[in-house]
Amino acid sequence: MDFKYDDDLQNIENEASRLAGQFDDDYWREHDEKHEFPWEFYNAFAEQGWIGVIVPEEYGGSGLGISHAAVLLNAVAHSAGVQNAASTLHLSIFGMGPVIHHGSEELKQRTLPATASGALHVSFGVTEDDAGTDTSRIRTFARRDGDHWVINGKKIWNTKAQQAQKILLLARTTPREECAKPLQGMTLFLADLDPNHCEIRPIDKCGRNAVNSNEVFIQDLPVSDDDVIGEVDKGFYYLLDGLNPERIVIASECCGIGRQAIDKAVHYAREREVFDRPIGMNQAIAHPLADAYSELEAADLLWQKAAWAYDTGEPCGPLANMAKLRASEASFKACDRAVQTFGGMGYAKECNVERYWRESRMSRIAPISNEMVLNFVSEHVLGLPRSY
Amino acid sequence: MKILVCLKQVPHQDARLDIKSDGSWIQEESIKFEINSYDTYALEEALRIKDEKEAEVVVASIGPDRTTQALRTALGMGADRAVHVNDESVEGSDALAIAKILAAIGKEESPDLVFTGLMADDGNFASVGPMVAELLEMPHATAVMSASLEGEKLIAERELEGGALEVVELQLPCLLAVQTGINQVRYASLKGIMAAKKKPLDTRSAADLGVQELVGTGAAKIKVQEIYVPPKTQGAEILEGSTTDVAEGLVAKIKELGLL
Repeated sequence: MDFKYDDDLQNIENEASRLAGQFDDDYWREHDEKHEFPWEFYNAFAEQGWIGVIVPEEYGGSGLGISHAAVLLNAVAHSAGVQNAASTLHLSIFGMGPVIHHGSEELKQRTLPATASGALHVSFGVTEDDAGTDTSRIRTFARRDGDHWVINGKKIWNTKAQQAQKILLLARTTPREECAKPLQGMTLFLADLDPNHCEIRPIDKCGRNAVNSNEVFIQDLPVSDDDVIGEVDKGFYYLLDGLNPERIVIASECCGIGRQAIDKAVHYAREREVFDRPIGMNQAIAHPLADAYSELEAADLLWQKAAWAYDTGEPCGPLANMAKLRASEASFKACDRAVQTFGGMGYAKECNVERYWRESRMSRIAPISNEMVLNFVSEHVLGLPRSY
Repeated sequence: MKILVCLKQVPHQDARLDIKSDGSWIQEESIKFEINSYDTYALEEALRIKDEKEAEVVVASIGPDRTTQALRTALGMGADRAVHVNDESVEGSDALAIAKILAAIGKEESPDLVFTGLMADDGNFASVGPMVAELLEMPHATAVMSASLEGEKLIAERELEGGALEVVELQLPCLLAVQTGINQVRYASLKGIMAAKKKPLDTRSAADLGVQELVGTGAAKIKVQEIYVPPKTQGAEILEGSTTDVAEGLVAKIKELGLL
């Protein structure tokens, strides 16, 4: 067994950390408070080619694996920007996965170079409020109109829709009741996020406010056949390919956030003196931090193993799911302990750990709730009967 | 033109430094390392020359296995080739011995220009650069704030006390020991990092370089006796009260001590 990063991974971690380290807590607190997209941060990473980490080399990317992307985003999340920083890059790096794996050659040539350079922003349009986790119930529909498609419907939780030129849109092309299986009959489009046909409304949310989340109302949006990803009616299955990598990378981000919180808390616990001694001497302060740190170490090993499994072609579904579960819980616990370590000041925005805490709450819900992960493990790993 | 850049890998600026129980050095296990900040500016100066004209940038470093990381980073930033002196017998070397190793590399490479950092973030000796220059019989400048090539000459600005600059002219080949903050150090791009692993990185020993008798604890003329954190001193006077009271008290204290 070898648990050491190779030179590539170590260099990716070092350089991504160094670059992310240029953007401090003040930068992120301000962008979070003002709900401003962190362009300076995004552009700095785009200029150095990081957005193209998984885009194949023939389309201008670096063609690397999920391990590399996960190490990159782990390092980025382990900075003052925590989830805001990771999400800023995450969508640009992963949003185009279905095009990379299933798009036509023409579509790849038209869109992947701009993806790799960071010029093209794509919002992910899958979730609908009436369907939730049961994606087969989506109502957004693409009907055939002459030589093209016309899409109507509504999507929710569209990250970065306010910056995006395109939306990766899942729409029904055959009604659910006419399909042999409920998850058939949906098609994936890379559509223009055309303001004449799409109304974007931001969702006011708990945290990660530098990166917007939106509702998108779609009315008579025309889409050509050239912008269909893969085959009509098979769109959902193309999304499945991206689920495990997404969970692995989210897990790596969670661990980065947790470590950032622990770093801050440990520093504070060493420096802050009450009753003439550093509060870190108190086991009630020290033990929960040691406990949270240990859980992050364990979760790190899970996502690293899952990434290794994915990149080497081993089955990785259980590992990816369990990594996401453990990492999101460990991250939240670490951030919560950081707030507790700071005491009253932990609740003050100027100390930043409350921002980490708010952002760490997200990954227990998204991209899939931890309860659904437990369902997966119960059914597919333990072989217990399906509960829903 | 060939440029040699000497790099040192030092503990990361955020690393917590605990001293070894025998007081000989810090505990290096489980802390992160990075390129000495002064050396990153030196490397950037070299890469800027390479951006402008035909030049080969060779980076050299002395240290254990982990040091390859620093060299790979430098290659990722744009250096062409690396030399890594990885040899346990070098441990315990003093600054002069380190300079002799680097000078041996300099003799092999015959660079037109040598860049070093002004000092290392960890040891703060600030002596290796000038020693290397002496051993290579090159002119040198320290605390370099800017460097520009003019034919066979190099014009450097040096930082003096009180914010003044001194402009010096050096005949090539020469050595420059660079101050921090003089340029904006570039980042290694992702493609740069991936290209770095295909660039040559030669591992050498002291014996390869013919300096085995001159290095290590045995040859050291300076031996570190102990490293320790001075105990906290007592006697601080805390002024309390309103802001005005504290300010007035502070001014009175300064006058009382004759500091104004």
